[in-house]
Amino acid sequence: MFGLHYRLERKTIGFLLGIIGVSSIGGLIEIAPLFTIDETVEQVADMRVYTPLEQAGRDIYIREGCYGCHSQLIRTLRDEVERYGPFSLAVESKYDHPMQWGSKRTGPDLARMGGKYSDDWQRAHLINPRDVVPESNMPAYAFLQRALLRTDNLGLRLATLRQLGVPYTDEMVANAAADAQGQATPDTALAEGVRRRYGDATNISTFAGAAGKLTEMDALVAYLQILGRLTNAAHEMAAGE
Amino acid sequence: MLAGFTKGERFSALSLATVVAIVGLFFALMGQDALLQTHGAMMAAAAACALLYLVLTYSAPEPALDRLHRYYDGPTKVGVVLAMIFAVVGFLVGDWVAWLLYNPDLTFDAGWASYGRLRPLHTSAVIFGFGGNALIATSFYILQRTSRARLADPVGAWFVLLGYNLFCAIAASGYLMGATQSKEYAEPEWYADIWLTVVWVAYLLVYLRTLARRREPHIYVSNWYYLAFILVVAVLHIVNNLAIPVSFLQSKSYSLFSGVQDAMTQWWYGHNAVGFFLTAGFLGMLYYYLPIRSGRPIFSYRLSIISFWGITFFYMWAGSHHLHYTALPQWVQTLGMTFSVMLLVPSWASATNALLTLNGAWHKVRDDATLRFITVAILFYGLSTLEGSFMSIRSVNALSHYTDWTIGHVHAGAMGWVAMIAFGAIYASVPWLWKRDSMYSTRLVEVHFWLAIAGTVIYVFAMWNSGIIQGLMWRTYTESGTLAYSFVDSLVAMKPYYAARAVGGLLFLIGGVVGLYNVWMTIRTAPKAAAEFDRPMPATPAFEPAE
Ligand code: HEC
Ligand code: HEM
Repeated sequence: MFGLHYRLERKTIGFLLGIIGVSSIGGLIEIAPLFTIDETVEQVADMRVYTPLEQAGRDIYIREGCYGCHSQLIRTLRDEVERYGPFSLAVESKYDHPMQWGSKRTGPDLARMGGKYSDDWQRAHLINPRDVVPESNMPAYAFLQRALLRTDNLGLRLATLRQLGVPYTDEMVANAAADAQGQATPDTALAEGVRRRYGDATNISTFAGAAGKLTEMDALVAYLQILGRLTNAAHEMAAGE
Repeated sequence: MLAGFTKGERFSALSLATVVAIVGLFFALMGQDALLQTHGAMMAAAAACALLYLVLTYSAPEPALDRLHRYYDGPTKVGVVLAMIFAVVGFLVGDWVAWLLYNPDLTFDAGWASYGRLRPLHTSAVIFGFGGNALIATSFYILQRTSRARLADPVGAWFVLLGYNLFCAIAASGYLMGATQSKEYAEPEWYADIWLTVVWVAYLLVYLRTLARRREPHIYVSNWYYLAFILVVAVLHIVNNLAIPVSFLQSKSYSLFSGVQDAMTQWWYGHNAVGFFLTAGFLGMLYYYLPIRSGRPIFSYRLSIISFWGITFFYMWAGSHHLHYTALPQWVQTLGMTFSVMLLVPSWASATNALLTLNGAWHKVRDDATLRFITVAILFYGLSTLEGSFMSIRSVNALSHYTDWTIGHVHAGAMGWVAMIAFGAIYASVPWLWKRDSMYSTRLVEVHFWLAIAGTVIYVFAMWNSGIIQGLMWRTYTESGTLAYSFVDSLVAMKPYYAARAVGGLLFLIGGVVGLYNVWMTIRTAPKAAAEFDRPMPATPAFEPAE
């Protein structure tokens, strides 16, 4: 064996091929099947997509690097389920390009954040976490309240996600900018359009409260309020046990 | 001229810089968001500087023909200095985020200064800026000596080094402005990723072409590791960054994979970035500087072979240990755990091989701070691989995952192994590169060593404590069967450890500043005349392992 190696290490290309061969086995065996085996991701009927406003909020979550402190994955451990809620299912992040499962909990898990607090709480907390939780070391995100949300590119973003397999309809893509506005202006015709396209359960609210102008804060709060609520499957599974 | 290009090389460098300038200008003018415009402008500006330099020196005399008998060390010299600068920047930002966890108001009311944007700046500056520059610089240095051949393509080598640093600058400024995919260690957006791919392919080509010219029949162990580093990082980078840009004129993209498949791909990438960027590359460094500096041949050639192929094979299976108890299918988790435990064998084989190499040279370890950096690095390598294998066990991971224990583990490896071996290699090479007998001040090397050790030990112990306390608090039940502590209770318990970590980090940072100063003074006070001559290639065979 060492004699063979003695010869191999005299050949640049042979050595190169050796490294490629030996290093690719592990990844191929572990990753390739995940794309083909059906059981990897559960099939659920009630799975919905992010609205344009929620997706914009998700993009802000990504831009701000919240994953550096927050996970979005509840493990199958008793204490986690009791602290945060039913454990996460694969299907719940099926439309997350990329996933934000995270690896560090400087702050609590956010996988089931939706509906836990009011919009007002979320806004006040983001503007200055220490106003709400004095011991917190989370950064203040007051600047989001000052930044107007760019909606002109939302159509393109939904269209790109559709290319990747998220089931947005033509109508959703075409109305993305208007729907972002509509979701934050209840009792208007725009809001009605959002409800029609995304379902009655859609969370229509003034979010960050500044009526008239749509800010990045609105989008982020809308996203936080949908976390864990794209499908009810995890709760049903927990109840069934 | 500094680059010592021939006329033909000047022409190809000019053409290359022109192409880069045009691409940069295109994005600067056509880009539809501030990010793409800024980064296009940065690219164009970098290329313009290169063009200016090339034009001004275009008619300089050709280098003498005997250059072909000398090593080509320009990129190595610049790379070493850049590595030290990135070290200081990366540690500075690291310590800033450490203080932010202690007191979150030590910052400005603006997006760029918020923790979530600074943290990736820290990780990228230390891993890619400091680590990457140290790897590129030493790889060119070692490749030539162990092959007894001059770098095959001087223009290519400069392109690799400068192009890589352009990538680092784009990545770093991008985080501050909010360009990120929020994929750990793969944060840069699609256009930066494509640029890095181009640079990386050039790196592989320079490496292979030089190896092909070697006058040693055998490829030395260091080069096995550097080759594995370059190849595997290329594959990881390309696969994990597959994404569709929203538009080719906008900076935002969405990753090709989602959910559980994305998680597995991401941690296959993330773990092997540790394995091949932060381990294999630096082992290549170890296999050269350890024997040279200690004056002892590598203890065992066979152990080198076993550990090399073991690491190359086992690492690639281990990524799923980052996903225990998640929605990832159980069989993948189990495979990841099994291979992670087996990974200890080749890891410790390397560490043992390195330590036994020092037999007979321990008195040098006592006297020579540079060799001591290398020795301590081996010890921390052994420690963190043992810890890593332990933490991959499902039931241990249940406690450690998501806590500061992971941070402690990362930094035992990052500060104890990666930074120490890099500092050892830099302190060894700088006098060789600038033709001096020793560093400007060996006392300051000694000072740096003790600051680095103290900083690392304080950091790691603080995080072990806080991590384990945190993990235990989260899972402690009262007698009546309810959770005993709220999340905020655990947050309050972390405070003293966060302060301690930030102090440890400060020591480590001061050490880095001392190192930068020392390197700078060594270069400034180097004898001018001698610096013009590269060392002639030795006639004796280059260094070979024992047996
Ligand atoms: C420096 C780490 C850090 C960063 C970065 C961070 N957070 Fe937090 N977050 C915390 C901590 C610690 C808490 C718990 C204390 C509190 O409620 O403020 C928390 C709590 C929260 C909560 C309430 C959770 C609960 O169950 O009570 C939400 C929601 C939240 N963060 C959202 C975000 C968002 C959105 C971002 C990114 C824009 C973000 N966080 C960035 C540390 C962080
Ligand atoms: C002055 C020395 C350093 C200080 C003060 C420092 C500080 C920090 C801090 C505060 C974090 C965030 C921890 C958290 O999320 O709780 C961090 C993360 C990280 N640092 Fe450092 N660091 C230092 C040196 C290094 C070095 C030398 C490297 C690598 C070569 C490194 C690599 C990393 C990595 C990879 C992470 C992310 C860890 C994870 O997400 O699991 N650090 N560092």
